[in-house]
Amino acid sequence: MNESGAGAETPHIVIEDLVFRRGNQRIFDGLSMTIPRGRVTTVMGPSGAGKTTLLRLIGGQLRPTGGRIWVDGQEVARLSTRRLYALRKRMGMLFQSGALLTDLSVFENVAFPLREHTDLPEDILRTLVLLKLEAVGLRAARDLDPAALSGGMARRVALARAIALDPDLILYDEPFTGLDPITMGQIVTLIRHTNERLGLTSVLVSHDVTEAMAISDQVVLIADGRVVDAGPPDELEARASDWSAQFLQGRPDGPVPFHYPGASYRDDLLGQGERRDD
Amino acid sequence: MTDAIASLGRTTINALTVFGRAFIFLIRVLASLDIVVRRFGLTLVQVYSVGVRSLLIIVVSGLFVGMVLGYQGYITLVNFGAAEALGGVVALSLVRELGPVVTALLFAGRAGSALTAELGLMKTTEQLSAMEMMAVNPYRRIFAPRFVAGFLSMPLLAAVFSAVGVMGGYLVGVGLLGVDSGAYFSQMQSVTDWNEDVLSGVIKSIVFGFVVTWIAVFQGFNAQPTSEGISRATTQTVVVSSLAVLALDFILTGLMFGAG
Repeated sequence: MNESGAGAETPHIVIEDLVFRRGNQRIFDGLSMTIPRGRVTTVMGPSGAGKTTLLRLIGGQLRPTGGRIWVDGQEVARLSTRRLYALRKRMGMLFQSGALLTDLSVFENVAFPLREHTDLPEDILRTLVLLKLEAVGLRAARDLDPAALSGGMARRVALARAIALDPDLILYDEPFTGLDPITMGQIVTLIRHTNERLGLTSVLVSHDVTEAMAISDQVVLIADGRVVDAGPPDELEARASDWSAQFLQGRPDGPVPFHYPGASYRDDLLGQGERRDD
Repeated sequence: MTDAIASLGRTTINALTVFGRAFIFLIRVLASLDIVVRRFGLTLVQVYSVGVRSLLIIVVSGLFVGMVLGYQGYITLVNFGAAEALGGVVALSLVRELGPVVTALLFAGRAGSALTAELGLMKTTEQLSAMEMMAVNPYRRIFAPRFVAGFLSMPLLAAVFSAVGVMGGYLVGVGLLGVDSGAYFSQMQSVTDWNEDVLSGVIKSIVFGFVVTWIAVFQGFNAQPTSEGISRATTQTVVVSSLAVLALDFILTGLMFGAG
């Protein structure tokens, strides 16, 4: 593995044979993928496939049961707390709920990472925060409380906060969930623009096929703890396997059955199905 | 029968797990205490939130407890012709027992539950996770300042409680029942010993402050990230810390006064 890891051609994130268990449940079972630098990569998969868990593993909030994850040439699980925090300063994460600090205003939320990690004079800090808020179109909303924001606005403030320290990697957790069409359009544009303007690597996890396919350079489909398919969106659509086609086109039945597996309908109705007495 | 044994085993293991987690949590918080010196402002904000904002309930309760002590003390003492000793009785009851214990119980209900709910909600809304991802350690930024604030506030609130209680006793004893004002305070002065009475009360309230804040902050940190989880954690804070305060009070009283 390249330890310097800063070249344009070296991948930003490499995941090798990742295994992750929660209790008796195997979330990942030999998952491997490469995330290229400076591109938008979307990890898609059905609900419960462990997409958010994957982001937490990349961010070092969870430790893998097996396998390895390198970010920028550094193996995340082996980093000391100090080095992990140094890595996280170059990493932004956008949570599904926005995760804004509720006791601080919009301005102070965006200023938070700057205040914690830098000693900037107040006027420079103010300029920086206004710049970030302007980028997400919410400069005028700087004095609002997070409670007064809509879901889409909260996510935009969270994006401004995530790019406050000018990271080179940004992780988006379900950025499109529960948004109206206008807000959805704004978020889609923002993600693409942020990626292009700041030249950073963007990793999204999502199950919104249309939006994700539209803005991604690479799509990775995961199911049952493994990578099912990966590639540029158009290529993926052209050569999709049965499973991928069902997922991408949203068909209700197929390799993933509509019915939860169990005794046959006929046996159940006639009382011959498996009986549970406990 | 085997079910009962299994369930007993499960409960014991769960309880031990929680104890273990609580101790690890405490060690991590204690290891982060340097932030309190480096950025005292963070702690000061919390002292305001858990301490100053608890003042009203402490002052009002202290006043009433003092007034009731004045009444009850007078009714008993007057039978022995010792009504002048009222000041001593009120002061001793307050600084030794009622001040630290009632303050701790009220503190658990007012500030402890608020701390748990606040932290539980921060966990549920991923604010703590977001902080970690911004390379900000929540133990330093969130838990340690709250812990120290609770720990500092409790003895101060207990002192306020006792002082207001003494005034409540005075209002009833001297104002209503006609005990001599000079006797009330001189009796108080002569029977209250600085080391044995006042200091033992202060030590009690420091211990209670430590335990109640630890329980409250840990319950918030350990809450299940659901609305039901937060409500359960808040209830647990009040119940567990109240029981802990009463049990510790018995132990501390035994240690301080038992041998003598």
